[in-house]
Amino acid sequence: MSDTHSETVAYVRETMLPQGAPPASEVGVIKWLRENLFSGVLNTILTVLGIAAVVWLVQAALPWFLHGVWNANSLTECRQIIAETWGEGAHGACWAVIRERWNQFLFGFYPSDLYWRPVLALALFFAAVAPVLFTEMPRKLLWGSAFYPAIAYILLWGGSLWVPISVMAGFGVGWLGLVAARRTGLPLLGPVAVLLLPLLWWLFLAGPAAEMLDRAIPLWVEEVRSDKFGGFVLSLTIGIAAIVLSLPLGIVLALGRRSDMLLVKALSVGFIEFIRGVPLITLLFTASLLLNYFLPPGTNFDIILRVIIMVTLFAAAYIAEVIRGGLAALPRGQYEAADSLGLDYWKAMQLIVLPQALKISIPGIVSTFIGLFKDTTLVIFVGLLDPLKGITDAVRAAIEWKGVYWEPFIFVGAIFFIFNFGMSRYSMYLERKLQRDHR
Amino acid sequence: MSDTQIAREIDRSHMQVSDEIAIQITSMNKWFGSFHVLRDINLTVMRGERIVVCGPSGSGKSTLIRCINRLEEHQSGRIIVDGTELTSDLKNIDKVRSEVGMVFQHFNLFPHLTILENLTLAPIWVRKVPKKEAEETAMYFLEKVKIPEQALKYPGQLSGGQQQRVAIARSLCMKPRIMLFDEPTSALDPEMIKEVLDTMIGLAEEGMTMICVTHEMGFAQAVANRVIFMDQGQIVEQNEPYEFFNNPKSERTKLFLSQILGH
Repeated sequence: MSDTHSETVAYVRETMLPQGAPPASEVGVIKWLRENLFSGVLNTILTVLGIAAVVWLVQAALPWFLHGVWNANSLTECRQIIAETWGEGAHGACWAVIRERWNQFLFGFYPSDLYWRPVLALALFFAAVAPVLFTEMPRKLLWGSAFYPAIAYILLWGGSLWVPISVMAGFGVGWLGLVAARRTGLPLLGPVAVLLLPLLWWLFLAGPAAEMLDRAIPLWVEEVRSDKFGGFVLSLTIGIAAIVLSLPLGIVLALGRRSDMLLVKALSVGFIEFIRGVPLITLLFTASLLLNYFLPPGTNFDIILRVIIMVTLFAAAYIAEVIRGGLAALPRGQYEAADSLGLDYWKAMQLIVLPQALKISIPGIVSTFIGLFKDTTLVIFVGLLDPLKGITDAVRAAIEWKGVYWEPFIFVGAIFFIFNFGMSRYSMYLERKLQRDHR
Repeated sequence: MSDTQIAREIDRSHMQVSDEIAIQITSMNKWFGSFHVLRDINLTVMRGERIVVCGPSGSGKSTLIRCINRLEEHQSGRIIVDGTELTSDLKNIDKVRSEVGMVFQHFNLFPHLTILENLTLAPIWVRKVPKKEAEETAMYFLEKVKIPEQALKYPGQLSGGQQQRVAIARSLCMKPRIMLFDEPTSALDPEMIKEVLDTMIGLAEEGMTMICVTHEMGFAQAVANRVIFMDQGQIVEQNEPYEFFNNPKSERTKLFLSQILGH
């Protein structure tokens, strides 16, 4: 008797098998249902409970939405109409308050004949940000985006055209300083010139220059003071400005925290830990009360600008930590490869390290942005009329809308959701677009 | 440790060692914290030399070649590369790095850039070569490593052997005078080792000054003019390949060779 079966030795396959069709249980709706909803006893129970909960919620809330009244002049009238149409004791939303007061939720106390200005500013924002967000667009459009802050400022606040022009000129001064410093060939002069010259310009020369030019050639747009801002005009102004400013600051802080230079590192760590350790409201109080003590007497520093600065610093600290995570996730080999090719620190960061680290950090950065945007409602604590509480309270203070509760919150919440959901979708699009492996 | 057979005929007409010094290392020491990784290293490399550095893991061979382009900093002694001494002066470091190419064990290609962009990045940003010219050079070297058709793909879409050949081409695009190889085939499947070694042999045939940390003894025997054996941070033995393999002098070398060649 042989100790191996004759068929187990020396086998050669002569024909390769073709791909077979999968069995019915592996395809279609049945498979999906079985795998996703009824894959076991526990999961079947959970599915049933889940469906029951959804049905109950819809049953409870849907009539309220469906019974909604759009045409009424007061809450009492709303209730009357609902009672007449759906019978005594029926619940219903009083959307009439939104219909009546939507402009306040959106624009606060911004003069109604000037509504077109914030609307145009927002429209231009999307135009300006498009070439930044979508790299397929021509790169030259970025030059237009660079001037957007000045345009937005003049549209929102109005006043002398020379103010934003002279502020923007600060960047020109910095650039001229850089060019001049490059000519001298001293290595440290460039960064110093870039930082110092614009700062000096803004602190001492920008104001007088704007005044002088204004006297020579007065160019004015009707002024709207900060106390007229409210609702989503306020939220979007603070939110967008802080988002745009906090990303570069966050990157600088993240690089600073990983720097070999002790002073830079200590300053970055100190800043990040201090800002993260303090509630945003504390910073906002600081902005509204304390900041004036530190500024030269007589400077009337706009409250919205002060809040923007504080929110920016707050978000930048979080973004710095998110980006630091991205930097740490990069393999050391990437830094070494960049070094071994002779790229200096800034080029290595710009071309190799940051593009990859930022890509890893996208979800965290966008989360921070969404949080920042929602946190703009906290400006109520320094007396600004945020859409959620400030405006809602103002609306409810009117005798005809006293007692309205859910409708304004749902309306404001829905608008916040649209913006935040948009940001979230964009971040997913960006992640997919930057996907580089296994395509 | 593998011993890939080098089957092809080697063209030695351009493999000439000149009497010009490419790298000079004198009594160099390096510590990692309190650990003395490199001890009194003295090494002179002439232009055109092809040196293979071998030794057990942890012997300091990778650290040695990483000191040559200052990915690691040495604490005492001198390293002079192409007439430029490596000190903390950043200008010198950048100068040396743009003259010395390096190939890593894990390729270290830039995954967010296409193959072509990987190759043109340093020439454009460091050497200030116009983009078009840089792309032409890149395509020339991609042809040379036999993967021009992959130019527009991303590194993640290539096999390990292809990635390593791209990494070699990336270094060559900077027109380096010296090439350092840090275990270039250790992360590769056996069938891919051969294509990378082929590329390296091609480089040697053109007269490139090369220092290779590798365990490919077939490669050492075929193209090296000198084999250096390191142990515990020191150069224990160096000799020309035939003598080194057939007539090793020190006991450490004999033991090492018996372990990697003896099977």
